[in-house]
Amino acid sequence: MNLEDIIQETKTYYCLECGKCTSVCPVAKYDPSFSPRAIIEDALLGFEDELIFNQKLFSCLTCYTCQQRCPCDVDFPVFIRKARSIAQDNGQHGICAHSGQLQSLARLMTSPDIKQRRLEWLSDKYRTSDDSDVLFWVGCAPYFEPIFEDIEFRALDITEASLKILNLFGIEPRLLPNEKCCGHDVLWTGDIETFKTLAEHNAAQIKEAGVKKIIFSCPEGYRTFKLDYPSYGFDVGCELQHISEFLAERIENDGLKFNEVKKKVTYQDPCRLGRHLGVYDAPRKILESIPGIELVEMQYSRWDSICCGTSAWTNCDSCSNMLRAERLSEATATGAETLITCCPKCQTHFRCAMTDKGEEKRSMPNIEIMDLANLVANAIKEGATVSK
Amino acid sequence: MAEFEPKIVAFACNWCTYAAADLAGTARVQYPPNVYIVRLMCSGMINPDYVLRAFEEGADGVIVSGCHYTDCHYIDGPVKCDAMFAKLSKMMHVLGLEDERLKREMISTSEGTVFARVVTEFVEQLKKLGPSPFSSLRKEKVAV
Repeated sequence: MNLEDIIQETKTYYCLECGKCTSVCPVAKYDPSFSPRAIIEDALLGFEDELIFNQKLFSCLTCYTCQQRCPCDVDFPVFIRKARSIAQDNGQHGICAHSGQLQSLARLMTSPDIKQRRLEWLSDKYRTSDDSDVLFWVGCAPYFEPIFEDIEFRALDITEASLKILNLFGIEPRLLPNEKCCGHDVLWTGDIETFKTLAEHNAAQIKEAGVKKIIFSCPEGYRTFKLDYPSYGFDVGCELQHISEFLAERIENDGLKFNEVKKKVTYQDPCRLGRHLGVYDAPRKILESIPGIELVEMQYSRWDSICCGTSAWTNCDSCSNMLRAERLSEATATGAETLITCCPKCQTHFRCAMTDKGEEKRSMPNIEIMDLANLVANAIKEGATVSK
Repeated sequence: MAEFEPKIVAFACNWCTYAAADLAGTARVQYPPNVYIVRLMCSGMINPDYVLRAFEEGADGVIVSGCHYTDCHYIDGPVKCDAMFAKLSKMMHVLGLEDERLKREMISTSEGTVFARVVTEFVEQLKKLGPSPFSSLRKEKVAV
């Protein structure tokens, strides 16, 4: 794919150069040398080298704030993603966070000979079944467990809470023992080949399992399955749902009663779930249905919500940290005790910012942070049952 | 078919293990030629991605080796290395790599014979295990 094709595909030629993208861009706010408008301009004027060999190409958070404001519907995040794939072909990889180990993991997973031990954490507290119609996508949680242990983040807590919720509704989900990385991070850093190999494997595994529905606890996996697999020709052929959508639907139909949880909370919209897929109401509906929970919105919420500062494990720099500080101070300014989110990566990034040992620590606001699934699992009455 | 010859990548610290390997050479201690040594300033600077990349590029086993706890040129390198290695082993375990393919050693400057013995034993062990589960990636294009 060359730059001309990308311009055609993402309708970049419609750009009016109005600069709304740059004025709302969270990265441009802290890093004046980054400008979506200027990047588009480089592309349209044919300055391919300036575009491809610019490290700023990897600064974009692909958070979709710019695309929301664009009067001409230029798909800037997809433009960036495809431009990154040209950059990858030219040996440019951006500066990957965590020294690139998460991208390396994804690449290692493309090996057909591996036998992962990804379900060793599973205890008999949770009921799963090998011939269920519903599949639960575990995702990267078993890998995040060791990587993020020093910021006290247990990704598997979210998985376990989700299983508890599914069990409560009488669903004994199926878990795939050899599911591979969904490919989100390699796709957004421009490594299309690896993405395709992973997607092919996953789509085949799901087809073979013959399930009717997949439930995700991670918005990134959800987005990748919902939008990117079909666009690259991998059809999983079943219904896809995020755990928050599933819960909101069930709470409405079955009228689940929760324990009272006295808490003032605020909600961070993950960009993949919110702006990418338009799921804003389901998590809020769940929060409102738990008695005792008071939901206060941050200054910027829903489609205005600010990104957690890094996506696809690339370019985590001082600008990302400033974004996190801004978002966390917004959260504390609401007077909430807990910041609720639906995305394990938002949680990783905020927790990392709060435990940062650097200079910024002194000014970094501190707030408890929790996944929605954990909050719900804690609020479920002991021995509660729901009719199917 | 020729016998399987494992490829080993050894990350060795400049002050102890690399010097030990050097000593093994000057003292003419015999050990199998399957090991590729990467010299680093300290075992504490090794991050998990180095090891992941080694496997990606076709290593069948990796040795991470540096000074003993009290010998470190930078005071607490081995402690950092231990912490990294614990995380790495857990990660590689989930990924399905046999635990025996990763080796954490502490070999000091004077221990040339120890270095030779470690490599010899590791080669024997890897010959029993066969090629790494990632060996099929070897031929494919690898990002640098």
